[in-house]
Amino acid sequence: MNSPAPAFASVPSPFGAPSGPTVRAVHDQFHGDLLEVSMGPQHPSTHGVFRMIASLDGEQIVKLKPVFGYLHRNHEKIAENTSYLASMPYTDRLDYLCSMSTNWAYALAVEKLLGQSVPDRAQYLRVILAEMTRIVNHSCLVGFLFNDLGTSFTPLLYAFREREKFIDLFESLSGSRMMCNYQRFGGCRVDPTPEWLAAARTLIENFPRFLDEYERLLTGNEIMLARTQGIGRLDPARAVNAGITGPVLRASGVDYDIRKVDAYGFYSRFDFRVPLGDHGDTYDRYMLRILEMRESVKILSQAFRDIPAGPIMDPKAKQRGHRPKAGEAYARIEGPKGELGFYLLSDGGPNPYRYRVRPPSLINLTLLEEMCLGHTIADSVVILGSIDIVLGEVDR
Amino acid sequence: MSTPASTPVYVPFPAAGELSDADREDLRRNGILLTSLEELYNWGRSNSIWPLQFGLACCAIEMIAAATARFDIARFGAEIFRPSPRQADLMIVSGTVTKKMAPLVVRLWNQMPEPKYCIAMGACAISGGPFKQGYNVLKGIDRFLPVDIYIPGCPPRPEALLNGLIKLQEQIKGEHLNGPRSARHLRDDAPSEYPIPEYGTHDLTPAQNPALWSAPAPPRYPPVDPTA
Amino acid sequence: MDTLEQLRDRLATRFPEAQVVFVTNPGASAEHSLLLDAAHARDIAFFLRDDPALRLDYCSNATGIDWPEKEITDVVKTSVPDPAGGPAKIVETKSVRVQPGYLEAVYHLFSVALKHGPVVIRLRTANRSDAVTLPSLTPVWRSCDFQEREIFDLFGIVFAGHPDLRRILMWDEFKDHPMRKDYVEPADYEWEPTAHDEVLDKAKAFRASVPSVAARKETAS
Ligand code: SF4
Repeated sequence: MNSPAPAFASVPSPFGAPSGPTVRAVHDQFHGDLLEVSMGPQHPSTHGVFRMIASLDGEQIVKLKPVFGYLHRNHEKIAENTSYLASMPYTDRLDYLCSMSTNWAYALAVEKLLGQSVPDRAQYLRVILAEMTRIVNHSCLVGFLFNDLGTSFTPLLYAFREREKFIDLFESLSGSRMMCNYQRFGGCRVDPTPEWLAAARTLIENFPRFLDEYERLLTGNEIMLARTQGIGRLDPARAVNAGITGPVLRASGVDYDIRKVDAYGFYSRFDFRVPLGDHGDTYDRYMLRILEMRESVKILSQAFRDIPAGPIMDPKAKQRGHRPKAGEAYARIEGPKGELGFYLLSDGGPNPYRYRVRPPSLINLTLLEEMCLGHTIADSVVILGSIDIVLGEVDR
Repeated sequence: MSTPASTPVYVPFPAAGELSDADREDLRRNGILLTSLEELYNWGRSNSIWPLQFGLACCAIEMIAAATARFDIARFGAEIFRPSPRQADLMIVSGTVTKKMAPLVVRLWNQMPEPKYCIAMGACAISGGPFKQGYNVLKGIDRFLPVDIYIPGCPPRPEALLNGLIKLQEQIKGEHLNGPRSARHLRDDAPSEYPIPEYGTHDLTPAQNPALWSAPAPPRYPPVDPTA
Repeated sequence: MDTLEQLRDRLATRFPEAQVVFVTNPGASAEHSLLLDAAHARDIAFFLRDDPALRLDYCSNATGIDWPEKEITDVVKTSVPDPAGGPAKIVETKSVRVQPGYLEAVYHLFSVALKHGPVVIRLRTANRSDAVTLPSLTPVWRSCDFQEREIFDLFGIVFAGHPDLRRILMWDEFKDHPMRKDYVEPADYEWEPTAHDEVLDKAKAFRASVPSVAARKETAS
């Protein structure tokens, strides 16, 4: 009958009505009431304590409201009450699957605020660890996505088998499996031994074989194709306007990768491509992750080849007690989930006056409702899984 | 001095609990398995714990890791994570409990059937952990729920979770089915459901369950000599 | 893209009645920003998004900042000539004025189409208590949706024109705005004494429940 109620009834959208199947507006005598389903915060497929309230017409979603805050741990408030360095371990706990890259984003912001430079070897190490983190994140994500599709744990077992190998390396480097707390302002904390680098190199060399195995298992699976192709389409223009970043944006065909755009760190020295999707559906988002992992392997092998010797810490850098001049800085990286930014405002004191995390997971959920409209409730779980959120970052 | 062989001596057989372990092992070697109902029951229960499948924060990832191939929680009979609290025996509170989440955790606990156990996994679930200063962070789930096992760590390694599970199994094996020391779920005075806190204007109301938790005593000071 | 100064001038010619103030960032990053007045902010935002040379189609980050009122001591030095003909005396007059507090919303804009940025714009409320309304930029950039709700929740800025302004992180019954600097959190735990003065004070306050030595002497006798 009608097109779906636009989320912004008062303001004309520059992009017209949302794409995707038309949803019936149900208010005549032939249709019953809408059924409201509250999924979460304890639900096996909401990846933590996420909650969404869906209104259903039969099995079709006509309205979906996410509810946040069940893991709001006051990271920003705590960070404003401690020194710059003391917030570093908290950034591990933001996106707890990717502590290495979150560390980097924060270090980048503080370095920008301090005007601090970073030695070459540390830059290479940062790239190496961030790309390894991306691989871990994407392979786990694919596992979780298939979990949501109903494979009940099997792909996840493969993903975690591989993750353990990476995590062992992280542990031998930083001392902790998940909460690495590895970056410092002006460099890194410990220098990896040649054996560590050799082990990491072997692991990466063997990784494509795992990817092939993984793909043989998953890509092209009939059920998977039926349940992901054409599901949860995301229109590129709307995605940009909604601030969606990372693989979700690129799966819609928008070429925006901060590694290329900002060329932060040493990414300008590496030769890699940015995979793009065509349809912006769940299948593209899955496939894009696989392709990104292959690109990460490419970056990593170049990094292992080129990593120079030298210090890992700027000798002039202060170790603790940072007091940046009054001012503000916004630094961002291409995290595995999207643009991860840190906004810091200093008033010259030992603590940041304002500390803000720009969480990709939260903002990527902006269009969740639009992507789910007209699909069944079972598909909403898969769409959510393909967006890839971590609740520690959504709620902070 | 010696009894004639024709009159058998009646040797009272000791109850299973009174036999020493060595005797029982001896008998077991000879093909006789002795047990008591209590032991059999506890043995079965302790080796088929079904945890509730719910993760709160970072610790949940290590909980998942404990369930995967390398650590394989299935070796201890606890691999069946049930998404429904109605089917679960064990609640692993894995991660930060925020004040917004606390009422729901208590509600989940209330929905679990007895006998049920609670493991507080990680510093956050024990005391608020690194996020203790947060305005929205509950400073320990033991303010609202009875916790059986505390596993420190941030996050605890999967091995630590397995250790906590083994400790829980030991606890279950030591439970009595009757008598004054019977297990908690068999006693009438021990509640099975706990009051669910409500969202208030500044904090949860109540902020803790006074029957379970009270503020720790202030630090001890050296006694003062009244005559000095 | 032109520099921020040029952008300010362009905005000034395009929106003559709007006030656009250039805010300098003295820090090492030198990310300067433009302070817009609330009345024209949304028009300017639409312009920034749609202007073909700018095309700032992507609002990455929106956040709030709380600036409580603070006392500023101004020292004015005046030289008073000595009537006796000696050297002039310098007299310092100190005056204390209260700089009124305000809340601020900061937006970081980028262009996905032209791959440039960031352009930082800020909006300020009149005070922190009753005039806390700013125009919502969600109609311009949908990405501000959750972020403005978060600012409303944690800082208490009311965004006029936001389609769904509710608390996002805290529960609906909650009354405070916890990210404000003067928020008092519920005293529900014993603070570990640390080197930070405020924390030390809180720790002491918690331990105030310990009776003083004199009181303990009394009970002991
Ligand atoms: S204890 Fe540490 S790892 Fe576990 S939930 Fe808390 S912060 Fe995360």
